Amino acid sequence: MSPLLVVAVSLAYLLTLFAVAAYGDRRAAAGRSVIASPWVYALSLAVYCSAWTYFGSVGRAASSGVWFLPIYLGPMLAMVLAWLVLRKMLRIAQRYRITSIADFVSSRYGKSPLLAGLVTLITVVGIVPYIALQLKGISVAFDVLTAVPAVLARERAWWQESTVYLALALAGFTMMFGARHLDSSERHEGLVAAVAFESVVKLLAFLVVGIYVSWGLFDGVGDIFARAAARPELASLFAPGPGMAFSHPQWFALTLLAMLSVLLLPRQFQVMVVENVDERHLRRAAWVFPLYLLLINLFVLPIALGGLLHFGPGQADPETFVLSLPLSQGQPVLALLAVVGGLSAATGMVIVETIAVSTMVCNDLVVPVLLRMRRWSEGRHNLTRVILNTRRLAILAVMLLGYCYFRLAGEAYALVSIGLISFAAVAQFAPAMLGGMYWRGATRHGALAGLLAGFALWCYTLMLPSLAKSGWMADDFLLVGPWGLDWLRPEALLGLGGFDPLTHALFWSLLCNAGLYVGVSLWRSPSVAEASQALLFVDVFERSSQLQPVFWRGQASVASLLALAERFLGAERARELFERYAHEHGVVGADRVDSLERLQADAELVHFVETQLTGAIGSASARVMVASVVEEEALALEDVLAMVEEAKRLLLHSRELEEKSLSLERASAELRAANEQLKSLDRLKDDFMSSVTHELRTPLTSIRALAELMLDDARAEAGGAPAMRLEQRQNFLAIIVAETERLGRLVNQVLDMAKIESGHAEWQHAELDLVALIRRSVQTVAELLRERGALLTLDLPDSPVTVHADPDRLTQVMINLISNAAKFVPAGSGRIRIGLACQDDRVQVEVQDNGPGVAPEQQALVFEKFRQGGDASQRPQGTGLGLPISRQIVEHFGGQIGLRSQLGQGACFSFWLPLGAPDNDKNGDRA
Amino acid sequence: MKHTLESQRLLALFAAGCLLLNYPLIALWNRAARLWGLPLFPLALFVPWGLLIAALAWLMERRPD
Repeated sequence: MSPLLVVAVSLAYLLTLFAVAAYGDRRAAAGRSVIASPWVYALSLAVYCSAWTYFGSVGRAASSGVWFLPIYLGPMLAMVLAWLVLRKMLRIAQRYRITSIADFVSSRYGKSPLLAGLVTLITVVGIVPYIALQLKGISVAFDVLTAVPAVLARERAWWQESTVYLALALAGFTMMFGARHLDSSERHEGLVAAVAFESVVKLLAFLVVGIYVSWGLFDGVGDIFARAAARPELASLFAPGPGMAFSHPQWFALTLLAMLSVLLLPRQFQVMVVENVDERHLRRAAWVFPLYLLLINLFVLPIALGGLLHFGPGQADPETFVLSLPLSQGQPVLALLAVVGGLSAATGMVIVETIAVSTMVCNDLVVPVLLRMRRWSEGRHNLTRVILNTRRLAILAVMLLGYCYFRLAGEAYALVSIGLISFAAVAQFAPAMLGGMYWRGATRHGALAGLLAGFALWCYTLMLPSLAKSGWMADDFLLVGPWGLDWLRPEALLGLGGFDPLTHALFWSLLCNAGLYVGVSLWRSPSVAEASQALLFVDVFERSSQLQPVFWRGQASVASLLALAERFLGAERARELFERYAHEHGVVGADRVDSLERLQADAELVHFVETQLTGAIGSASARVMVASVVEEEALALEDVLAMVEEAKRLLLHSRELEEKSLSLERASAELRAANEQLKSLDRLKDDFMSSVTHELRTPLTSIRALAELMLDDARAEAGGAPAMRLEQRQNFLAIIVAETERLGRLVNQVLDMAKIESGHAEWQHAELDLVALIRRSVQTVAELLRERGALLTLDLPDSPVTVHADPDRLTQVMINLISNAAKFVPAGSGRIRIGLACQDDRVQVEVQDNGPGVAPEQQALVFEKFRQGGDASQRPQGTGLGLPISRQIVEHFGGQIGLRSQLGQGACFSFWLPLGAPDNDKNGDRA
Repeated sequence: MKHTLESQRLLALFAAGCLLLNYPLIALWNRAARLWGLPLFPLALFVPWGLLIAALAWLMERRPD
């Protein structure tokens, strides 16, 4: 393929990356962040998959089968605990503005510059070769694509090689989006957006190639495995068999190594902790990131086996199967896509790693030295520009170091195996980092001793042998030990054999590291600075940021603190921060200057300024700078403990206040609810009153009208006018009597209802036979039924059915229901059926009629007071209280009344009562 | 209370994951058998991996009630 095309495509990809990052930055400036999404956060964590994953996994699978997997199973296991461990790391880092691993470790152990420097040193030594490995990955991919033979590639001058330009472009990108301005939180939205974009590209590219190889080149994944199974030398790759040596210690060591690395690699710390926007995003990322790893590994074995089957073992470099397989099939587009995927894997890693390492180099190596120089520390210089330029230079330096290592080491063993060697280097941070988050007793000396021992053993057992194997130094010390001392052999220290070099190195380095960390820490109790930082770290979840103790006592002035902040953060930004601080603490002045003058230079403000400076120059330098402008009193351990007590007291106090306000809130909510209930009861009472008066007025009106008619008639008769006929008078009087009776009935029922509702009703309790009761009730209403011409059928059992109730009340219910039915059935052709059935422990009585039925929306209303069914015009005579009273009665005896009806199909009222269970009436008794 | 239950579940899941993906349990699958045309050993690594992700997703995404 033409080199020009490859370069053009790569350039186009890099330009896209710039565009994505610029878009991300622009959106962030507009306040509509693209990275404020758990998905973007999860994708940015996939920066873990570097070129080493993209090309190396296939290579590893082709030579040793499933051994590429532990590197991804480790992160899976680590992510299970992300919500517990990583969240704590995140909370600590965000509260104390920690922006790098070096700063984290140094801050935990009393803000020690020495520790920060040591961690930075280990990182640079361990990580720069890893960056070189990425550049090599790209360079090899370009050569495969443009078909440059490896021999020729080695003889090129540096300016003839595309990698140097790529490294420079990446340095430019990182400077542009990673060090544009000095931000005390070290967040880079555009950069994270670009990294997430790269994660999508590399996953898609790898999956497309995998699908092509599996289904385009072969007949599916099953076909590849079937064919490989037929070749014994390939079959042993994916099914080593019980007889094959499978080093379980190595498997465990690799898993553990990856588990630690995913937390401790500088690039992972950068995207997971520093760039995190919201700690709740961790919940999504905890499972999406492992899922990403699973997906990108799905086709590793098929591609590796497919390549081996296609080219034959030893014929092509397995690390570039992703490219060479599509190329061999005349699929240049696919090969270009694959190289873009590889490019995205490598560039993403290089960018983030560079920015993380350069932050450490700048804050923990260069700035402390700068601040020691009188010119910088005492002057009134604005240092923002100096620091920013240092940061940029550091980026360029780290990138060029990586490139030089790549040029020097080239094909050497030191480069090929560097991935795991780097992992082992950062794993040395584990005891100091993780231990410091949970163990209060750890001290600075413990951390220093552990790190030094771990790093020294790492150099001796892993780095030196790798250099020796590259042929850069005599390798006889590997075989016989230095000075012929056999027990000092780097790969079998003290004669410990049986391990592979990595497991061996990891065992010794972590053992001595953790051992010295614990042992030396236990040597003496922590100093004041260590103890106070330990409290802040270990108990980070115990109090909110406002209630943490501030371990500081002394004299300070707002002006000098402000001047200090201005030197490192810029005048505008520093003033903004101070104003926000004043606002948050309720200090409000007439204007900006006034409110700043009203601020008190207390411990909290000093702590605030120090935290802000920590974000910009690291905790150790921030401590030194703050100490230079204030007069501090030395604290004793008792003071620290007293301050913790004070903070605890404040916390308790605030909790009490919170509880009190909560209970007040609850009480007021209860009162409000009670008030609402009273109001609605009041409304109901009003409704009831108006209904009752309405019902009373109707008969009263007719009585009065008729009485007036008759009075007028009597007067007319006295005056000699013609009188009313006798039968008409009788008729009127009969109506008056009937209406009066109706009035009386209504008043009785209202009283009845009121009594039942208020619980003052008197109830009889007796065992009674429901069948006999129904027959008696029917006799009572027989006259009414005969008048309406309704036909009644009784569907009752012959044997008595005993229930526990008040016979009079129950008769009232029955009469109500039957007369109700009688009122609604069509005159002359009415049919009413009364049924009784026993089920389990209850008896059900039904009264079915063939009247007009009740519309569904009316059905719930008929049991309410004064709500008769049907239109007002067709409403038959009645008080509208019969059914509500019936309901009260039935419910009093532990039963329930209901209605089943369809329009035009008649209505069926039914109620059930518990069968002969005397204790049930207690439930219904409201008194 | 709720919080500690979640932590305990996560710790248990972590222990289960460590056991499933390490010696001696993985040694059980180290044989030349095939399932659905796929070799057993890689399958025995990928399937628990997928299950772990599913369980973790369930734990992390459920509404705190």
